[in-house]
Amino acid sequence: MKTVTLPVAYMPLVDAAPLIIAQEMGFAEAEGLALDLIAAPSWSSVRDMLAVGRVDAAHLLSPVPVAMAMGLGGVTTPLSAVSVMSVNGDVIGVGRELEQRLRDIGYGFDFADALKAAQALAQVTKDTLVFGAPFPFSMHVELLRYWFERSGLSEKQIKIRTIPPPLMAEALSTGEVDAFCVGEPWGSVAVDQGAGALLLPGTAIWRFAPEKVLSVRQDWAETEPEKLGHLIRAVWKAGQWLSLPKSKTTAAEILSRPSYLDVSSELIDRALSGHFTISSRAEQRTVDDFIGFHAGTTNFPWRSQAKWIAHRLSLENGLSSSEAQRLGGAVFRSDLYRKHMIGTDADLPGASEKLEGSILHITAVASQKGELSLPPDTFFDGQIFDPDEAH
Amino acid sequence: MNLKLTIVVVEEDRDRAVAIVDALTQSGDCEVFVIGTTIGLARKIAAHAPDVVLIDIDNPTRDMLEELTLASGPLERPVAMFVSGAAGSLARAAVEAGVSAYVVDGLTPERLKPVMDTAIARFQMVRQMRNELAETRRALEERKVIDRAKGLLMKAKGLDEVQAYALLRKAAMDQGRRVADVAEALVTASGLLS
Repeated sequence: MKTVTLPVAYMPLVDAAPLIIAQEMGFAEAEGLALDLIAAPSWSSVRDMLAVGRVDAAHLLSPVPVAMAMGLGGVTTPLSAVSVMSVNGDVIGVGRELEQRLRDIGYGFDFADALKAAQALAQVTKDTLVFGAPFPFSMHVELLRYWFERSGLSEKQIKIRTIPPPLMAEALSTGEVDAFCVGEPWGSVAVDQGAGALLLPGTAIWRFAPEKVLSVRQDWAETEPEKLGHLIRAVWKAGQWLSLPKSKTTAAEILSRPSYLDVSSELIDRALSGHFTISSRAEQRTVDDFIGFHAGTTNFPWRSQAKWIAHRLSLENGLSSSEAQRLGGAVFRSDLYRKHMIGTDADLPGASEKLEGSILHITAVASQKGELSLPPDTFFDGQIFDPDEAH
Repeated sequence: MNLKLTIVVVEEDRDRAVAIVDALTQSGDCEVFVIGTTIGLARKIAAHAPDVVLIDIDNPTRDMLEELTLASGPLERPVAMFVSGAAGSLARAAVEAGVSAYVVDGLTPERLKPVMDTAIARFQMVRQMRNELAETRRALEERKVIDRAKGLLMKAKGLDEVQAYALLRKAAMDQGRRVADVAEALVTASGLLS
């Protein structure tokens, strides 16, 4: 079969796996595509390559296209998020100094309870804390801010500074930041280099946070519907493969190659398996569903997810929430996802919005085939986000 | 309105920075500052209140500059990434040459174009030189590996240098691989066996 080459940009992270696996395991080829995967040195460079047409698709932080639609940040080329590539997958950690202070007050590093972690952190914080996060528009920043304002940290002065993931360990060691939120494997790399300890997985703040999206230019989505369909399906099949327990070792091996992440497969395996080493004392912690590539409606781009992001960005930037939700909500293209996934093995939900944070246990929902269930999506503070009610 | 343009170049490599500054100052009436270290990057840039910020697209610290584009950021004036403006083809040329520019809002294309043309040409040259350097390094590395492989063969099979190389070359041809790859495989295997 003749294949069409598609240039695609990504950042070297564990959650770029669906694109890398789509290419390496033949899911792209089965859809008639050859993905020309371009590793980018920074998120701005991924976005710019997509915006100017150097690539046709990209692995992107879910808040980036939403912020762009709201006119935030340097570039405003309209982008579409055509599927969610991964949910969760971030870790929050602290540098050696904070780690020691936390141990001194008897904090147990349970790697689970966000409220307890915030309380302990507040107790050992003198005046200000500086957190490193990879990009101003990222789920990392949104999770951190949500956690700060609804926990014992709300009284503290906290700054968030942009630090590229591969430089996070160094920024901790030099004291440029006290703590961080970053996507794996870079948290484990920091632990491995003795720069700090892990405090929480991202799931402890929001159990079903849309982390990375498959993004294309809005006009390209309209002019190249065939290629888009092939791409969405190839990435979906790669996610399905990644969700099989027997795939994890192979996936870690492939991702660890110098041309992709260039990090040892053992470090990558921690995120895929959910078995973490959280400190240089070799303490082990296990997290269920640390990162999700496939289960339930993982890949479905819920409009309500985009609206949650838009709502949060509107609060932080002093904009109208309803206007932000109108502009930002439209970026998650549940319509295109449905159009291109219908007739495949994927089951599609009846609705395109849900109450974010309302699902406590795996719940069956109305769907096209009637076999769909939604995984838990609660926030640590038990709040529910209703797009129609948020102002 | 004949004020000098203020340009900040973010570049760690001193020689490269000097080359870029020289080219920019020759091209027009502008004042150019270089920032080498990346700690507190956004703050340092803001202190110069530049009209244009130029940075290598491959520089991972570039994401730190994104903070400049937020209205609440340290720069009073709004800053946009050069890719989003009307200058479509010039922007793409910049991305391909490996330079990204942050430009203060309201800067006219006539004033910006000579700066960008110069920056694009200069970054292109820098990129080419970097590629050539990487290529030279690689060739040197391969030379070393081939020498080690030859040494192993000479010792193990009692060959002279010419015979050892001939053997390597024959193996490479038979397998349709590069001599350097065969040499590397041999060196690795011998490391494991020793």
